[in-house]
Amino acid sequence: MEMLSVKNIGISFGGLHAVDSFSITINKGELYGLIGPNGAGKTTVFNLLTGVYKPDIGQIFLDGENITGRSTIEINKAGIARTFQNIRLFKNMSVLDNVKCGLHNDYKYSSFSGIFRLPSYFKTEKIMNERAYEILEVFGLEKEAKILSSNLPYGKQRKLEIARALATNPKLLLLDEPAAGMNPSETEELMDTISLVRKQYDVTILLIEHDMKLVSGICEKIFVLNFGIELANGLPQDVLNDPEVIKAYLGE
Amino acid sequence: MTTQFLNIKKLNKSTRYNIVTVGSILIAYAICMYMINAGNMSNLLQNLLVAMCYYGIMAVSLNLTVGILGQLSLGHAGFMCIGAFTGAFFSKIMINTMDNVIIRFTLAILIGAAMAGLFGVIIGIVVLRLRGDYLAIVTLAFGEIIKNVLNVLYIGYDSRGIHFSMKDTASLNLEEGGMVIVKGAQGISGTPRNATFTIGVALLIITYLIIVNLVNSRSGRAIMAIRDNHIAAESVGIDITKYKILAFSISAALAGVAGVLYSHNIATVQSTKFGYNTSILILVFVVLGGMGNLRGSMIAAILLTVLPEYLRFMRDYRMLIYAIVLIVMMIFNWAPIFINWRKNHSLKDAFNNILKKIVKAKKEA
Amino acid sequence: MSFITYLLNGISLGSVYSIIALGYTMVYGIAKMLNFAHGDVIMIGGYIIFTIMSTVGLNPILAVLISIILCTLLGITIERIAYKPLRRAPSLAVLITAIGVSYLLQNLALLIFGAEAKSFTSVIPVKPISLAGGRLTISGETLITIPLCVLIMTVLTIFIKKSKTGRGMIAVSEDKEAAVLMGINVNKTIAITFAIGSALAAVASALMFSTYTNLSSTSGAMPGIKAFVAAVFGGIGSIPGAMIGGILLGVIEILSRAYISTQLGDAIVFLILIIVLLVKPTGILGKKIQEKV
Repeated sequence: MEMLSVKNIGISFGGLHAVDSFSITINKGELYGLIGPNGAGKTTVFNLLTGVYKPDIGQIFLDGENITGRSTIEINKAGIARTFQNIRLFKNMSVLDNVKCGLHNDYKYSSFSGIFRLPSYFKTEKIMNERAYEILEVFGLEKEAKILSSNLPYGKQRKLEIARALATNPKLLLLDEPAAGMNPSETEELMDTISLVRKQYDVTILLIEHDMKLVSGICEKIFVLNFGIELANGLPQDVLNDPEVIKAYLGE
Repeated sequence: MTTQFLNIKKLNKSTRYNIVTVGSILIAYAICMYMINAGNMSNLLQNLLVAMCYYGIMAVSLNLTVGILGQLSLGHAGFMCIGAFTGAFFSKIMINTMDNVIIRFTLAILIGAAMAGLFGVIIGIVVLRLRGDYLAIVTLAFGEIIKNVLNVLYIGYDSRGIHFSMKDTASLNLEEGGMVIVKGAQGISGTPRNATFTIGVALLIITYLIIVNLVNSRSGRAIMAIRDNHIAAESVGIDITKYKILAFSISAALAGVAGVLYSHNIATVQSTKFGYNTSILILVFVVLGGMGNLRGSMIAAILLTVLPEYLRFMRDYRMLIYAIVLIVMMIFNWAPIFINWRKNHSLKDAFNNILKKIVKAKKEA
Repeated sequence: MSFITYLLNGISLGSVYSIIALGYTMVYGIAKMLNFAHGDVIMIGGYIIFTIMSTVGLNPILAVLISIILCTLLGITIERIAYKPLRRAPSLAVLITAIGVSYLLQNLALLIFGAEAKSFTSVIPVKPISLAGGRLTISGETLITIPLCVLIMTVLTIFIKKSKTGRGMIAVSEDKEAAVLMGINVNKTIAITFAIGSALAAVASALMFSTYTNLSSTSGAMPGIKAFVAAVFGGIGSIPGAMIGGILLGVIEILSRAYISTQLGDAIVFLILIIVLLVKPTGILGKKIQEKV
């Protein structure tokens, strides 16, 4: 069953084709890797999928639903959540509140109930706290729940960002260089967490990584992007032995 | 006694903080009332009591926009102006028909808040799509437009209804026995002086609780998420426009409440009192009290209302001091030199070091 | 004939706005901040000229030159003390500081020169000319202001396009980090931008107070804000935009004061700002800025 189906999307900035006829199909439950050299357009693909940029051409379907041209907010509601290459946490809020922001659209009560502390406030907040702690436990962050998110060490900030994205209960999770800046043991731990999340939350994942070895370890399929166009796409062993890919990475 | 103490400790942190804040306001109120009844309070200070309340409300409500939402509004006095005029207008036309002062004044407050809130929504829709710096200028512009328009506005009322004019009293064409209520630059005079210190304190506490409860709720988290990182906020599905307008209009409505309190305290209200300088004064309260710190805003508002009346130095150089407060607070908070200095000289660390030394000395002994 | 007189007065006032707007637009383009205190530098410039002329009795042109030098120094000092430490601070903090500086200048002037408005003596030595058999008179101020404004625009455009410093400014405004890598001294470039802006503010003050002779501690604030409106109107960051925006705004202001309402002139100017921002937030000649994700 297809979870994400992208058909020939493209965008140009001032004449430069940042992404050109990009197509990908990701099946439900798959863990897909998106790799490519610096400036290949990987993050632009994420920005197109999440509605930060609107594609000039092409169509995007999520779980059979056409989401092309929708706003970031609507796309999140439809079921795509993401993390960012340069971490974007809510810095002046606690770790717990960061996750609770992710629960914003699934657990609701009115501003009026909040201001006047009506029963729905207490009821919903209690459920939100339980749910948020559940997610934090998966990432081993439950002990830091009350501290300011900017006071977390770097590796945990990356994890918190994934936790927050997961809290929006997505069908598809986009991870933009989740292991950037981590040491090898932290990276390994993160990869374990990603596998765990995938099983426990039944979520499809597309992740951007720089390091091919790392990606080949956990991804079932790999897509290689270079200068905004597809270079290779398929099973890890095929892709990594593709002479075009080797050329793009190592040069002539 | 011990069990009670334990109960307070069991409450969550923000509830405890609110109890302490509201408790402190009530204690200060009780002391003031005691002093008034015992005849120990100077007339000067008695005249400032209501002012402290409305400036406190202004500061806390502006903090919602500046500290919690993270947007600079330079037209907060404009909303106060709308509240002041609307409330005074209502009280004046109802003065003969509604005898019950409590109901009339309550309605005046609600109507003043609603009108200011309505303008907040309208202005919010216009300005909140703009980038930060533009927003500051446009809110300033709105404040000035409100002031300028009210300055030339004439409103009268007779048996046929309400009449408007932008020229003069005569062009209202009032019937015999009609009443001119808003007289251009002279504004509204003869408003019933219903605002008391007790009502002021009650409104200040209500304002504080409204904002603090909002902040500690789902909507408050959304507002702060937008402040901290609007791109990430969108990525988790938070409707940015909705929550910006919500925060902005609640802030405006509460400024309207302060305005009603103002116009029912001194009986005469003129639009020129609500210009740029007043908006800056409120901003100084917020900056000095700490952006996002509601308790700090109230303390700063009260101190800066009272001190200039007592300290000659502060009276003469008041505006200059405000300017320096704005600059120094920002540089102290954000300049790299001071950030490092604070890291190395934190009071908490110094205290902990002393504590460690004492413990060590005791162990050795 | 009265319409032509109003139109000329409008273009003249608009030229002054253009010169002030240049300071805003350059600083906004390069330092990415709204220098709220820019309007108050105009007021300080006015007081400097006034003081020199009334106490020392110096030649007006010399007084203007001294004012230009002192305002330039003032601009550099403000940047160095108040804004430079905040390069990495959030824009909200920088904006509040700028408002603080503006308020500081106003209140220093109030303490030094008193609350009573001073009457400024025109520094323009040109006599008015009479046209159409005396039915249309053009003041000396108008005769000087309009060509001077055009001259300043031309020189500034050439300076930015051709000189090394000017091109450095463009580089810093496009991408600060890249400019550093190219060996451009960003701090120096920003300081030069403030210097030019403040020098232009001094020129604007001489022209403006020669026509509108009322000089008080707040008489720079409103023209300053209106010039910012002009800069936004024309497209922030654009030099020809500042000129077009300034002149349009001056004409609109004078005509609406003449034909709609004297007291609501300012309100109308602000209404225009709001409409412009709603309809075309980038202004007439502005570029769209995309935030990097």
